[in-house]
Amino acid sequence: MTNTRAVEPWTLEPLRRFIEEAGARLALITTPTGQVVAQHGFSRAVDVMSAAALGAAIAASTAEINRMLAEPAFRALAHQGVRHGVYLASFDTPAGPLLALIVFGSDSSIGLVQLFFEELVRELVAAAPIPEPRPKAVLAADFERDLHESLAALFGR
Amino acid sequence: MKAGFGHVLDAITRVRGVHGAMLVAGEDGLVVAESLMEDIRGHAVAALAASLYQRFRRATQAAGVRRPEFLHLQAAGGSLLVVPALEGVLVVAVAAGDINVGLARLEMIRAAEAMG
Repeated sequence: MTNTRAVEPWTLEPLRRFIEEAGARLALITTPTGQVVAQHGFSRAVDVMSAAALGAAIAASTAEINRMLAEPAFRALAHQGVRHGVYLASFDTPAGPLLALIVFGSDSSIGLVQLFFEELVRELVAAAPIPEPRPKAVLAADFERDLHESLAALFGR
Repeated sequence: MKAGFGHVLDAITRVRGVHGAMLVAGEDGLVVAESLMEDIRGHAVAALAASLYQRFRRATQAAGVRRPEFLHLQAAGGSLLVVPALEGVLVVAVAAGDINVGLARLEMIRAAEAMG
């Protein structure tokens, strides 16, 4: 049984294919600010929120280091642990920039994750809707409401 | 070709019918060095060949016959050959279907030994 869920429906099938092909255990697609777009493998909302916040923070701090070094924008980070590897990457879509946090075990590899991540990005770019421009101030109340709606969509509550 | 280990691959790519050779980090599936024809996606071959080797390694270890020493995957349009070297590195070759497999295997084993 699959436990892949998406707030944005156009991300669901590409993410499912990626999980199947790359053998990833956990996957989280968010905006650069940490708003969740889709997830696979998480069973608790609090874990999703923590992972999204940490992924966004790592991406932001790495991007800042890159800026200080006059390097191009943050693209990807990989960490190989004893039992798990972590791959964090940013990419652009017509719907805006996104972050992906992938956790994989010994039944996969960073090479496989990178290979199929390229395909995931291609599929998401092709599937992403082009948003209509609507200038809107981000309010704390909106953010909290969006967060609760996202978690409800991801965990079916 | 990436510098450093490139010379190890030269003898393999000189075998008639070999389209390219690579050194691949077996656990990561990443390219260490490569000498490939332009139309071969090196990083894809590296990731998938390493994954294939790791699965066969688990199978042979489960069967109690230790690690695979040579993989020869005969496809419809050619062959994929894999020989393990030291430190978890794999020697991978992409070749035509009618290649002299024995000669290619010999050169791949020599390349693996040269890694040590």
